[in-house]
Amino acid sequence: MPKFEYAPAPESRAIVSIKESYGLFIDGQFTPSADGRAFKTISPATEEVLAEVAEAGPADVDRAVTAARTAYERTWSVLPPKERGKYLFRIARIIQERARELAVLESLDNGKPIRESRDVDLPLVAAHFFYHAGWADKLEYAGYGPAPKPLGVAGQVIPWNFPLLMLAWKIAPALACGNTVVLKPAETTPLTALTFAEICQQADLPPGVVNILTGAGDTGRALVTHPGVDKVAFTGSTEVGKEIARDCARDPRKKVTLELGGKAANVVFEDAPVDQAVEGIVNGIFFNQGHVCCAGSRLLVQESVYDQVLASLQRRLATLRLGDPLDKNTDVGAINSAAQLAKIRELSEAGEAEGAQRWSPPCELPVKGFWFPPTVFTGVSQAHRIAREEIFGPVLSVLTFRTPAEAVEKANNTPYGLSAGVWTDKGSRILWMAARLRAGVVWANTFNKFDPSSPFGGYKESGYGREGGRHGLEAYLDV
Amino acid sequence: MSDLPARLAVRKTYKLYIGGAFPRSESGRSYVVTDQKGEFLANAAMASRKDARDAVVAARKAFAGWSAATAYNRGQVLYRVAELLEGRHAQFAAEVRSAEGLGARQAEAVVDAAIDRWVWYAGWADKIAQVRGTANPVAGPYFNFSVPEPAGVAAVIAPGASSLLGFVSVVAPAVVTGNTVVALASERGPLPAVSLTEVLATSDVPGGVINVLTGRTAEVAPWLASHMDVNAIDLTGAPAEVAADLAAAAAENLKRVLRPADDDWTQPPGLTRLLAYLETKTVWHPVGT
Repeated sequence: MPKFEYAPAPESRAIVSIKESYGLFIDGQFTPSADGRAFKTISPATEEVLAEVAEAGPADVDRAVTAARTAYERTWSVLPPKERGKYLFRIARIIQERARELAVLESLDNGKPIRESRDVDLPLVAAHFFYHAGWADKLEYAGYGPAPKPLGVAGQVIPWNFPLLMLAWKIAPALACGNTVVLKPAETTPLTALTFAEICQQADLPPGVVNILTGAGDTGRALVTHPGVDKVAFTGSTEVGKEIARDCARDPRKKVTLELGGKAANVVFEDAPVDQAVEGIVNGIFFNQGHVCCAGSRLLVQESVYDQVLASLQRRLATLRLGDPLDKNTDVGAINSAAQLAKIRELSEAGEAEGAQRWSPPCELPVKGFWFPPTVFTGVSQAHRIAREEIFGPVLSVLTFRTPAEAVEKANNTPYGLSAGVWTDKGSRILWMAARLRAGVVWANTFNKFDPSSPFGGYKESGYGREGGRHGLEAYLDV
Repeated sequence: MSDLPARLAVRKTYKLYIGGAFPRSESGRSYVVTDQKGEFLANAAMASRKDARDAVVAARKAFAGWSAATAYNRGQVLYRVAELLEGRHAQFAAEVRSAEGLGARQAEAVVDAAIDRWVWYAGWADKIAQVRGTANPVAGPYFNFSVPEPAGVAAVIAPGASSLLGFVSVVAPAVVTGNTVVALASERGPLPAVSLTEVLATSDVPGGVINVLTGRTAEVAPWLASHMDVNAIDLTGAPAEVAADLAAAAAENLKRVLRPADDDWTQPPGLTRLLAYLETKTVWHPVGT
């Protein structure tokens, strides 16, 4: 197959002006941290320092929670719901107006391809605010009783894989339901959250309704364990999620929702349209460099079509373009951090050491920055670490099965239960599989689709609670 | 001779209920159950860690079948339990009376309420999916819907003070949606719950769907809270001083935790307990020709 050469098509950085340093966003103002501590955020594609960001300590967390409490009591909870909704509509519109700027900033700070930040992340961010804006004055129809009440102050901690989208998943429903928030973005990707703080200012959102604290694990811990926080929402690793569940066990009043890790099975039956399935497999694991909690990281292929699917998959992977996240042709961007790259390497080496066969397409990696080629492991057994542990990178483990029952058995053989995929032409089999896969989201003949109206969240150790849709409102209401 | 009754009553042995069978505790232990005045009522089985683990195994084994039964079928099976309870109304009233120290009419009212509660929950079996499910209008050519599914095996620490109505009120909402249950009966007044297992055994509820342990709450509850094959736990009957520890132990495999609340069992229960044991599954499929 001829390989097409692509001329570079870089998206301009000129649309973004990054400040040298950023403070914490508390009570409507940017302020330095109490102890003056700060850290740097870099572009994972080039290791260039983008900005210096304040690191919030316990005193800052306290200040932010107090600001959120005051705003909750004096402003936000007494505002007529339709006015609350109008603020959210306003924010949604400003996000659309500044979408390209936010997309470029996201790709710079996170390393994800501009094609994804522009076409997936940002449209979904705006959609989340639009969707929840409309709920603000309709909560009595949501099925949680005639006058559902907000919880109060929400402490929210989000990951680095979809920085602004995860912010939207957290802030939009919290505000729509009448809560105020203190949100901590991930330490490697704080910049779009800080730009969101500016958007709150542009929208004239009352001070203290949204507070943004940058920092790392200690800041997050101080936030979720703060006694003034009524609601904890966390997206991140299962390990940290369990720690939060243990901490919050001491305080039965605190409502907790957790959206954690996954090890999704993507099940391909012999009657599946192979080309579509291969597109789905690629989207399932190589979208966002595999930094996706619901990534289809275990491919289960029916034995009779294994050779055909694998050949087609390898052919397709050879066409993926890895490189500059700001190039509009790029399919696979940079790994978000040196630490994450080390983890992906460690697990991949364990895969080889345990006897699985490793394959990557010919792929030149840039010299600077953090990069990992799309990688496929075959000959993987269920006992291998790469079949059990979440890698959170562009690494696919391929297993096989003979019968639908065996596929279900293998797919469910994990402590996780976030998502699953099924590829088959047979409608009855889709419904049969969907009923048996123990996962919160089942994609049939598609994968990695998201929508604000569609509830998202896991079974078992993938966490509890749902985000999105009518179900997602429950997390922010006293019900 | 005149002190002796004309006929000696045949007493019942109160045992555990695991996987549809009535074993004694594998530990060989029992404990004395008295009425509110301290008079001896019976020796109840004192369940051990091993009994708790056996009960979880039985509940897990029963989960596939019970959760796959049609909602209509589950509703009918549970409604039949209420029918059988009604037939033993007098027996339960007498047991509740001794367990809780109530007057005859009060005890009868409690049994009435327990039967009615069971009927109320049985009726939810084939309605909860319509109340809790949604078709989601996603922005794209996809059919997208969400349905409730049972979380799996639920451990239920039944309330201490309400031996029958409380027990029914915490067990029924878990099983009706397809979960299977390991229930730890009131430590102080376990006998009505044990008699309920005799009703279950002669109804159509498959063995293992509801398992009932009696014994020391403080001894058995931690084994259930930390068990890695339990998906959800209701801490209603856990003493306040240990509830936080149990919730922390439950975090080890991220069990869904229902925390103690000031429940008034005579009030309409609402949906809280039903929803506590439900997951939401969302399915996407493309639409096209």
